[in-house]
Amino acid sequence: MVRFDDVWLTYRRAGPPGEGDPEVLRGLTFEIPAGGFRWLTGASGAGKTSVLRLMTMAVRPFRGRISLLGADVANVNRREAAFLRRRIGVVYQDFRLLNHLSVYDNVALPLRLARRAEADIREQVFDLLHWVGLLQKCHARPPALSGGEQQRVAIARAVVGRPKLLLADEPTGSLDEEQAERLMLLITALNQAGTTVVVATHSVALPRRYPAPRLRIADGRLLEEDIAGASGGG
Amino acid sequence: MAERVDALGLRTGKADRLLPALVAAQSFVAALALAGALAAAALAGDWRGETASALTVQVTSPNDPARDGSATRIAEVLTRLRDTPGVAAAHQLTPDELDALLRPWLGADAAALDLALPAVITARWTGGASAPLAAALDSVAPGTLVTTGAGWAGRVATLTASIRACAVAILVLVALVAAAAVAIATRARLALERGTIEIIHGLGALDSDIAGRFANRATALAAFGAAAGTVAALPVLAWLTALAAPFAAGIGAPPDLPSALLLALPALTPAAAVIGWGTTQVTVRRWLRGVA
Repeated sequence: MVRFDDVWLTYRRAGPPGEGDPEVLRGLTFEIPAGGFRWLTGASGAGKTSVLRLMTMAVRPFRGRISLLGADVANVNRREAAFLRRRIGVVYQDFRLLNHLSVYDNVALPLRLARRAEADIREQVFDLLHWVGLLQKCHARPPALSGGEQQRVAIARAVVGRPKLLLADEPTGSLDEEQAERLMLLITALNQAGTTVVVATHSVALPRRYPAPRLRIADGRLLEEDIAGASGGG
Repeated sequence: MAERVDALGLRTGKADRLLPALVAAQSFVAALALAGALAAAALAGDWRGETASALTVQVTSPNDPARDGSATRIAEVLTRLRDTPGVAAAHQLTPDELDALLRPWLGADAAALDLALPAVITARWTGGASAPLAAALDSVAPGTLVTTGAGWAGRVATLTASIRACAVAILVLVALVAAAAVAIATRARLALERGTIEIIHGLGALDSDIAGRFANRATALAAFGAAAGTVAALPVLAWLTALAAPFAAGIGAPPDLPSALLLALPALTPAAAVIGWGTTQVTVRRWLRGVA
């Protein structure tokens, strides 16, 4: 489902390529089976977000191979990459909502990209907005919402297309305890329904409360792959 | 123009609102260039045709006996002309026609001056070089002068070809400038919409989804601008046509110039639309390669 094989990532600096480019990730190798759940943990700046960016094909590895949903990322063209992205839901740390669109239209975006019928879109979006408790604010624009509410819109948008792979970068960071609990229940439910889930967090408490295999990153390296006490498959 | 948002969250924005005006200006110039190209083509065709084949023969002392003494010089020249392959419609100008021809130089009472004028024969000549014919006529009527329109026609044809090439060059230049205007407007809109595009790209938007929406708008704006510019050029073209009418009539320009132009002008709008669509597609797709 997701496989990293000796993956290195550098971000280009000005000047000749390869010289002095900082290594963000160094030789990551791991595999997450279909339907698996992984916590991606580590301190801020450890490289968690870079791992997620590689999984969304926002960046390409400097070295190594990545396989996503059965596709070798190095061999997919731009069109195939777009279709692959439609099967991946992402909850970004900074939400990445379109501030000029309503809550409803933000959540509907993935379905519109997939050219789903407007009637289907309406039903699914309203269901999700009801679930995340934002049905009353479906016409509001994101800037009019609190951080927690924007986070919930971002979550709804990430899961509305029923992705095969769900990636979340600090998804509970802006949520209160109750909303965080609801989100984790949703993520767990999606995972039990077969969605592969990777949740990046710097929280120590969250993985303890929801035990699942953990990929611990420090200084761009995979320190340990703790698959003991797995509750989420794989 | 109010800002609108499409289903993918892309805004119409204000970055390209000047595009119709820019394309309108280009279309205006293109319409004038197109008129110039068509007019030059018509003139070139005319000069290559009738004028180039015009043959004029001046026979001095026309009523004197020819060299062999069998007939007058003019009669012998006419006979030779009618017997020569490549010569058609040989016609001796009547005194009235000769007076009309000389009137601009000698005045209305040219006939009263009692000048020893040569007889003038006009004909159509398709026999190539006229030197052998001139020699043959000179042998029966010494001093006979033979001229054709080929020399003038060649020079004028070169001139009109140059004018036409200039007009075509202007059309190409206008197309390039229009494409540049579209590309600049597109890049400005892309810069404004970068955040939105990065997000929908991350959600799985195809390059064709994004480029198509940009291209559709650019096509509409370019077509609107081109139509406006073409319509604005019509009165100017009508005025220029009126100015050129006496000259065109004098040299026998074909009367279908306006209709040819009217048939060609509507092509400017779809041409601008194609330039708008193609340029935007290329610009957006190249830009997207820098996104991810």
